[in-house]
Amino acid sequence: MSTNRGMSNNLGVVRFVARRLALGVLTLLIVSLVVFAATQLLPSDPAQSILGRNATEASVTSLRHELGLDQPKLTQYTKWLKGIVTGDPGRSYAAKVPITSYISDRVVNSLFLLVLASIVSIPVSLWLGAHSARKRDKTFDNVASNVMLGLASVPEFVIGIILIILFSTRVWHILPAVTQTDIGQGPWTNMTGMILPTVVLVLGAVPYISRTARAAIIEVLESDYVEMARLKGAPERIVLWRHAMPNSLGPVFQVIALNVAYFAGGVIVVEALFNYQGIGGALRDAVNTRDLPVIQFLVMSLAAVYVLTNIAADVATVLVTPRLRTRLQ
Amino acid sequence: MNLPNHPAVSPVPPLLEEDLASVMEGERPPGVLRSGFRLWRTRVGLIFVTILVAIALFGRYIAPYAESKGIALPNQPPGKTRLPSQFGSGYKGQDVWTRFLYGGRPILIAALLATVLALFLGTVIGLVAAYNRGKLDDFLMRAMDVILAMPQIIAALVVLSMFGATTKVIVLTVGISTAPRIARVVRGTAVSVVERDFVAAAESLGESKTRILISELLPNVTAPLLVEANLRLTFSIGVIAGIGFLGFTPDPSAANWGLMIYQNKGGIVPNHWGVTLPVAAIALLTIGTGMIGDGISRATGGIDRARGDA
Repeated sequence: MSTNRGMSNNLGVVRFVARRLALGVLTLLIVSLVVFAATQLLPSDPAQSILGRNATEASVTSLRHELGLDQPKLTQYTKWLKGIVTGDPGRSYAAKVPITSYISDRVVNSLFLLVLASIVSIPVSLWLGAHSARKRDKTFDNVASNVMLGLASVPEFVIGIILIILFSTRVWHILPAVTQTDIGQGPWTNMTGMILPTVVLVLGAVPYISRTARAAIIEVLESDYVEMARLKGAPERIVLWRHAMPNSLGPVFQVIALNVAYFAGGVIVVEALFNYQGIGGALRDAVNTRDLPVIQFLVMSLAAVYVLTNIAADVATVLVTPRLRTRLQ
Repeated sequence: MNLPNHPAVSPVPPLLEEDLASVMEGERPPGVLRSGFRLWRTRVGLIFVTILVAIALFGRYIAPYAESKGIALPNQPPGKTRLPSQFGSGYKGQDVWTRFLYGGRPILIAALLATVLALFLGTVIGLVAAYNRGKLDDFLMRAMDVILAMPQIIAALVVLSMFGATTKVIVLTVGISTAPRIARVVRGTAVSVVERDFVAAAESLGESKTRILISELLPNVTAPLLVEANLRLTFSIGVIAGIGFLGFTPDPSAANWGLMIYQNKGGIVPNHWGVTLPVAAIALLTIGTGMIGDGISRATGGIDRARGDA
């Protein structure tokens, strides 16, 4: 990428980003409607389920009023949406404290796991994809592709259990089967406990990213300019990483975004597997206690993560693909 | 009207607009399935799947005990049980082998039904969107984006907790949340088919819209659809076993491979069979369907498989 690109390019990119963002906000708005409407379908009344079956009529009515459940649905929705946007998603029904303080520790724990898994999986996948592409149809490529096919097919909790059997219980006792984090202490204080949860997520994501990277790099390796680089005598390593890789990143970004979104769902299962105190546990608790505000907040946050990573991937794809950049002018 | 001899369809979607949808090339069926099954990976996959499906469907008829009969203290290794047992007892003292033979059916049937539902919905939506373009296309695909924005397992968790984990709700939830992924593949492939001459010809002959969708467009998207169906079946098995693992099954006392892993996890050290048997079963079943899908996709000329959308 040259440094003296024309300014007109930037304008196009800005407009593109703005359009994608607007579309993302629209998607999230509809998601919020769906989430809100869905929670209205709940068979039981939240006030009733908080107070239990023996509550008097009067106390249920007063709690309904306190929670704002007697207001029109539209008012409830706009109030809730405003709260989410302004960073005040309301109070948990079950824990009776503001949601933000109730789950902030858990959000940090899950984010840490997610970031760790991303940091490990992306370079591993690119390396694996690049080498499979260079040794296309040779032993390395074939072995890698079959192992990846297997890993991609098996659900992550099964991979996790196999790792627990191997490393924590039956075969070796070298890693903890349960990831404990003490209250008030970040998960980074227990890095040995982070190894297995991270590995499970990484093994779930690497097959997809590496496969896309391999396909994209193979395509680029067959192009004329790569041939040119080879002919001028550049070593194969330079050809691969300097010349081919940057042009292969477009599709790879898309898959990385999908996998970050997948991590958001995958953490639920992985957290259950290792008793890890994250949003997965919070969601399961909220689901069991019918804690609507917490459910709504968590689902909205996860949807936002998905939408934002997708936008980021689209923008990144445009930025690394000159063809698309010029088309936007 | 039969059009068995179309030339190969090779749509090359423009970047971004088609969400970098996979590029298809090569021959259409006939021959995709047959040439797919010529590959060793497809055959091995087929063997795995046949064995596991047989166990899941018919295992219960050779089970030594009744589904919930207690035969020993909890988590006893083989040889230490009160009644004879090859694989010991599980968390409630029930025979692991019996529970294993019973536990595949609920997952397999729910996954199959969910995939069929998703295939139907996704194909209809994808074809309608591709054929009509314009506003309807935008609306349908944005609606698909909304569903995709909620991770499948989370959507399942929330819906199941609201309506109860009956088989019907599980199938509907997994089916509907899988449909957008199929719709995207179908639309991506069909969009360029719509532009072709034989569709214009059918239109000028006055064929109805339904007929054009079914007999002109559908036959031209079957190859990627087949691959996608297989991929989605693999994931549906995983998701449904996964929600079982999280404790959501239609009948908490019935055997279920996913739930069984969760229940016997605490007993891995005394008797690992309660975990290793269902783990091996789910792993081999999903690897098997994955290998079949991979074989078929190689036979169709290769589709990039990706998790969220293809």
